[in-house]
Amino acid sequence: MKAPLRKIFVKGGPFFGLILVVAFFAIAVPLVSKGGGDFLTYHNFKMIFTQTVLVAIGALGMTMIIVSGGIDLSVGSTIAFTSVIGARLLQHDWPTGVAVLAMGAGGALIGLFNGVLIAGLRMVPFIVTLGTLLIVRGTTKWLANNQAVNYPTQAQMEAHPDWHSPIIDWMTTDDPFSKALPVGVWTVVVLAVLTALLLRRTVFGRHIFAIGSNEQTARLCGLPTVRIKLMIYTLAGALFGLAGMFQLSRLHGQGDPTAAAGLELDIIAAVIVGGASLSGGVGTILGSMIGALLMAVLRTGTQAMEWPNEFQEIIIGTVIIVAVYFDRLRQGRES
Amino acid sequence: MTTTTASLRLAGIRKSFGATHALRGVSFDIAPGEVHALIGENGAGKSTLMKILSGAHRADAGTMELAGRPYLPESPHDARLKGVAMIYQELNLALHLSAQENILLGDESARGGWINRAASHERARAALAQLGHESLDLGRPAGRFSIAEQQVIEIARALLKQPKILIMDEPTSSLTQADTEKLFATIGRLRAQGVGVIYISHFLEECRRIADRYTVLKDGETVGTGEMKDATLDHLVTLMTGREVKDLYPRTAHATGAVVLEVKAAVSAPRLKRASLQLRAGEIFGLGGLIGAGRTDLLRAIFSLDGLVAGEVCVVGEAAGRATPRDRWAQGVGFLSEDRKEEGLMLTQSVADNLTLTKQDRFGRLGFINGRRQRATAQRWVDELRVKCRDAAQPIGELSGGNQQKVAFARLLEHPAKIFLLDEPTRGIDVGSKAQIYQLIGDLAAAGKAVVVVSSYLPELLGLCDTIGVMCRGELVTVRPRAAWTEAGIMRVATGGAE
Repeated sequence: MKAPLRKIFVKGGPFFGLILVVAFFAIAVPLVSKGGGDFLTYHNFKMIFTQTVLVAIGALGMTMIIVSGGIDLSVGSTIAFTSVIGARLLQHDWPTGVAVLAMGAGGALIGLFNGVLIAGLRMVPFIVTLGTLLIVRGTTKWLANNQAVNYPTQAQMEAHPDWHSPIIDWMTTDDPFSKALPVGVWTVVVLAVLTALLLRRTVFGRHIFAIGSNEQTARLCGLPTVRIKLMIYTLAGALFGLAGMFQLSRLHGQGDPTAAAGLELDIIAAVIVGGASLSGGVGTILGSMIGALLMAVLRTGTQAMEWPNEFQEIIIGTVIIVAVYFDRLRQGRES
Repeated sequence: MTTTTASLRLAGIRKSFGATHALRGVSFDIAPGEVHALIGENGAGKSTLMKILSGAHRADAGTMELAGRPYLPESPHDARLKGVAMIYQELNLALHLSAQENILLGDESARGGWINRAASHERARAALAQLGHESLDLGRPAGRFSIAEQQVIEIARALLKQPKILIMDEPTSSLTQADTEKLFATIGRLRAQGVGVIYISHFLEECRRIADRYTVLKDGETVGTGEMKDATLDHLVTLMTGREVKDLYPRTAHATGAVVLEVKAAVSAPRLKRASLQLRAGEIFGLGGLIGAGRTDLLRAIFSLDGLVAGEVCVVGEAAGRATPRDRWAQGVGFLSEDRKEEGLMLTQSVADNLTLTKQDRFGRLGFINGRRQRATAQRWVDELRVKCRDAAQPIGELSGGNQQKVAFARLLEHPAKIFLLDEPTRGIDVGSKAQIYQLIGDLAAAGKAVVVVSSYLPELLGLCDTIGVMCRGELVTVRPRAAWTEAGIMRVATGGAE
């Protein structure tokens, strides 16, 4: 490939990928589908956006971590953990606001734990978070007595027949402003803008890139690398905790200790598809959001094509490998 | 006599990398059972020559003969098969595998893919016996041997291929005196078995003891060769350094003031054994010595990148005691790394980010960065130092070495530092950038800043510095005003010779 052409492909890769996939389904779905359905419908896109929420919020935190040269495998467990915590608190009639804060704090605490081991004790992120993946999943099942935590409980229903927590509606009810999309989707948009600002416009954000690009240089230039890493994992953990909150609303009042198993792989894939480099120093929030969206479009599209589930997996796996090939091209360009 | 029985003979070897002529007609020969010392300053072309011999590079011109037949190695592996083995300064062992597994690595005794344990043991044992080290525990992981023993394991591996020529690059640089003696005994055995040993070392006294003949390289050419017993130390040093000093070094008038930095008997792991110095405002202090003599380690210890095991580093007017690189920047100490790629720069990040990394919070409020102000600041330095780049937002990895170095230097100027620790500030950059950096250093001294320059290039040290200290084997041996030094004098102290 010629250099400028390659550059465009590499830089705009995720975006072109998304357009390409949407265009493909827009043409193919009406031709194939027995119901004669259209792909480009409001209903489809609402579904795609809603399905993206968990992966997207996870990808926000994961982008920070991957840009700093790290990785976090404990995301799925963290999501299940905070959703069970949230369900338990609501069962005990805690106010919604407090429950939300507790879920964020729960995630942050797990992140801090990872951060202490990785930055403080200089252990490898992959291994540390593989450990926390199991520890947190086990703790979650233990807290939930190995079964789904339902709220409201039977007793709550009998005492207050009109019992209602707004959390239940955040992934379903149309949004309060334009009645177009659920609260969860708008939350992602707001959080994405904030995280993008944090990464691109703040000293902290520059320091994240600096550590990921060359930790030795960061140390040489006097950056407090340990403190910065602690903050990265803690902040990302808080975001994973919030993702747990939307996991809770998605299941309409049930905290499932087995939920979101393996979701970290979707999240990492979204970030990599979005152009971040696993060797650190490279990545954008916009790219990661496109990556998350691409995964959801692929899932919804293959369903609309009425292809069996197994093909979805094959296709998504292929997309990840293609994205990693682009990562390699990018690194080739730099060296 | 040696010419007729030459085991390996090179003639007119040339090699260029781009516009750099690394080798400009090198000739060299070695007989079976001869130990031949290859001597030269850093950058004289020794490594390039050895890479050509061991098959890692190919010569542009010239002929090579091994035992009377043309010798053209395709790769290091091919060179080994043909009988030329190399022991690098940095040993190449799989540290988790046993000594025996390392010795047989890539040449296992096996039948149908199954290792023949008895035969393996026998061959490894035989190779070690050849070296007089049959007592080495073959089952122990290589990582748990001393450096000297690891070296023996590596030589044993090379012996399996029955080499005609064994090249050893700085084999004693990390050995103790006692281990050096044992190595010499080992080399003596190899010599007795008819192996030709090319011995590369900066330590001239050692070369004089172990080698039969010598060849001196300078600026990519053979400048002298002969019998070691006829050569004096002074003769060798003159051959190595005898060159004209070009006037690249504009001397800005400057006077030295009060002491700003004091290092008292500093020791750090693993290499810095002992160093004391005083640095004054307006002084350019040069640190000479061979690669691995501990110069970089001294700078890292001063900058608190490595912790002190003993001794003290004191920035005058600041609290003594433990510090971090962050504290040093706050005290006005700046460090320029010799390794831009691995340590000095973030290659994927912009010129502006690289230039301002030590103090980014000044470009905005409440933790936010005002990108425009940051880029404007960087652009000022880009203009002033004539850095060739599109703009301050360009990733620094896309710039040439000289321009990268100017940005790395500008980081210290922008901070701004008052004590400059510069490790090989002109390594790998073009002559124009070099002159510019010399000028900058001169201007800094004139403005009352204190500068420490580590350099392997003697004319640079003598042309630029007010005071020069020379290090050898981890110790800062001698510190004197520049006028009291000559190139030969620096070389003599650096190579461990008496004064």
